Amino acid sequence: MPSRIFVTGLGFISGLGNNAQENLNSLLNLRSGIGRIRHIETSLRDELLVSEVRMASEELSCLAGVPSTEAYSRNTLLGIIAAKEAYRHASLGDHPGLRTGLISGTTVGGMDQCEKYYQDFLFNDSKNAFIDIYDCADSTEKIADHLGLKGFMTTISTACSSAANSIMFAARLMKAGKLDCAVAGGTESLTKFHLNGFNALKILDKQLCRPFDAGRNGINLGEGAAYLILETEEANEKTGNRVICELAGYGNACEAFHQTASSPDGTGAYLAMKKALEMSGKTPDAVDYINAHGTGTDNNDLSEGRAIENLFTGKIPWVSSTKPFTGHMTSAAGSAEAIISILGLVHGIVWPNMNFSNQMPELKFRPVTEMIRGANLNLVMSNSFGFGGNDSSLIFKKYGVH
Amino acid sequence: MDELINKLKKEVITQLNLEDISEDDINPDSPLFGEGLGLDSIDALELIVLLEKNYGIKIEDPKDGKKIFHSIRTMAEYITEHQKKA
Amino acid sequence: MEYINGIGIISPQNTLPGQGFLEAVVEQTADFLKSVEPVYKSYIDPIASRRMSRLIKMGITSAKICLRDAGIDAPDAIITGTGLGSVEDTEKILGELTIEEKFLNPSPFIQSTYNTISSQIAISLKCHEYNSTFVHRCFSLESCLTDAVLQIREGSAANVLAGGIDEMTLNHLTIIRRLGMWKREAIRNLDLWTSETPGALAGEGSAYFVISSEKNEKTYARLAAVETLYKPSSTMQTASFVKQFLADNGLMPAEVDLVLMGSNGYSEHDRVCNEVIMQSVPAAARVLYKHLCGEYHTVSGFALYLAANIISRQMIPSCMPLLQRKPEKLENILIHNHFRNTDHAFILVRV
Repeated sequence: MPSRIFVTGLGFISGLGNNAQENLNSLLNLRSGIGRIRHIETSLRDELLVSEVRMASEELSCLAGVPSTEAYSRNTLLGIIAAKEAYRHASLGDHPGLRTGLISGTTVGGMDQCEKYYQDFLFNDSKNAFIDIYDCADSTEKIADHLGLKGFMTTISTACSSAANSIMFAARLMKAGKLDCAVAGGTESLTKFHLNGFNALKILDKQLCRPFDAGRNGINLGEGAAYLILETEEANEKTGNRVICELAGYGNACEAFHQTASSPDGTGAYLAMKKALEMSGKTPDAVDYINAHGTGTDNNDLSEGRAIENLFTGKIPWVSSTKPFTGHMTSAAGSAEAIISILGLVHGIVWPNMNFSNQMPELKFRPVTEMIRGANLNLVMSNSFGFGGNDSSLIFKKYGVH
Repeated sequence: MDELINKLKKEVITQLNLEDISEDDINPDSPLFGEGLGLDSIDALELIVLLEKNYGIKIEDPKDGKKIFHSIRTMAEYITEHQKKA
Repeated sequence: MEYINGIGIISPQNTLPGQGFLEAVVEQTADFLKSVEPVYKSYIDPIASRRMSRLIKMGITSAKICLRDAGIDAPDAIITGTGLGSVEDTEKILGELTIEEKFLNPSPFIQSTYNTISSQIAISLKCHEYNSTFVHRCFSLESCLTDAVLQIREGSAANVLAGGIDEMTLNHLTIIRRLGMWKREAIRNLDLWTSETPGALAGEGSAYFVISSEKNEKTYARLAAVETLYKPSSTMQTASFVKQFLADNGLMPAEVDLVLMGSNGYSEHDRVCNEVIMQSVPAAARVLYKHLCGEYHTVSGFALYLAANIISRQMIPSCMPLLQRKPEKLENILIHNHFRNTDHAFILVRV
């Protein structure tokens, strides 16, 4: 049974840039993707701040290599662009003997088109081409078609932990010997549907989000897609791909507390991090950095902060939320932040938690607020928590380090 | 005020889908949350929508809801006060 | 090995506890087959259920029935497959949002999130274990079962609660009817196979299973294998996939006793279903069942309920027409399901 899972490819599109390199440049230059709404048609346009991918859907079609006349959701286009980048990065297409799967996380699916044409769907035949692209699986299948993948595929939707759970499920399939390689991650475009939904929950900050700040007041939503290429050690011997890092651990647990709120002591977060750590075979003090879920809501940051304090009873690792850069990419957040964590691991950088000014009185630690370069990072953790208390944690390890 | 209180009781029952509860079961002065009717944070958000939809009153910060939605009477008082202003 | 040790199902048939195994068939003349629902109050506390839409109640209730059937209080993992999640809640929001972006109620938004069912089950059981939701057309339940099997083989779980759930609404049917693959009129479900109009009959349902590492007195059958196939290039490829699937599980095609057919009344696809099975397991008895539950993304949950009961009771209910001879034994059952001949899924259930 394969025991080690290597990361050999990255693909990433967000408000920070259209590929992994552009994202890295924005991060290094402390350039946030958050700003006014430009592309979504919504009456909340002047009210909310979001991190949008800086292209209209027509331009994205071009980038994805899809005729703009065909029925594609923005979600699918983002997914194709990021998955293609990752797939090419690892040139997996050159190894037909390997069983490659696609595990993708999304929740909005083709909602951006559905909300545009719903009244037509109900009353006339003019927009029938868009009916079939509504469900979540459509984006996954179109991504598979663009990569030429025919093997195992599935779609996971656990709200804001979807992409982290996709990476986890892919790794489990590989360890069970069902797959040799996988394209795993998630995609999520902004939609009127979830902008209004989050707005109704009163958890959107109208100003820049301030994770872990005493005065934090909610989320800025974001969009994009991010995919990782995972290979078993045995498959990697065949592909000869350069190993970026190792997926050393993962864990998922359920809060079983409330449909939208996190428990005050962060039970789910604690259990997810603990499981991931146990799998990695490391002790808490070996973790160098935590890319927190850190949405900027009252509830999440307190609950996650307490869970971190409960698990890391000795020294608390460097902690930051990078959501002030990307916004909350919901179903794509797990893989996007996994990539941000990996970029930090590889380049020896601890990303700052921007927009922070005041320490939370309830917590003993404060997030990293200035970028740290030349950091000696060996083990990084990335947290993603979703509605329904669906909490997941991933751990990446520097390649070649024991 | 009594008229508004009775109207509110009906609206709260409908909005929160409290099937098994009748207007007589709700004491206008007992707390809606916690020990009273056992409502939670999502119900509070639903009540915010109710005030906006039925009375044109907007509550921006859900934290303000705690006081306003303490009981049916506090809700009625808040509505009377804010409708006067408008 | 993995065993089916508990079942909880709400379907358009009488499948509630104490109702036997399809003894009296439910006839419906309708646009789509609607579930025969229990009184939810006896399963869910009314205060907890006050915000729940029909799908959520159906899911939690069938999950609870399933756990009771298995005699288990808390599973080691909760996994759900759903093609569309709560259609009713999504429609509620879309109906308002696409006319005016105002006054959105938070409850339907929360419930429209696909993993609400799995998490509401976890909340009602206070279960902190692994929790996941798959949303991939007719792979939804199959992915969920695959995950359940992995959980057991990894040693992470001894008992997994895994299920598939989807609902149908008239609005949604109005929309998908535009694509021409669904019956455009109400029909009597028992006339599905003789109906002269084209298209499948839509349905719905929720079926949860306790998948366990150990066999016990509750065991219905063995969940032997689950595989999916995406966009086969030909019927022949699908048929060889089936043969390989059986071979991987140590079975000759002739050893398959019964096939639960993927046919749904849409003749173009039904022809493919027949060809696939005739080319791969020609000797097996075949049986149709979608006139009982209708077609939906997670309909294989109904099929798995059938297969498990057929094996444990060693009988095929009379409401299911056999397409060929009567099988000599009922030990190996193959379930075939598909989404428009694009996604094919196979489940092997054994004694």
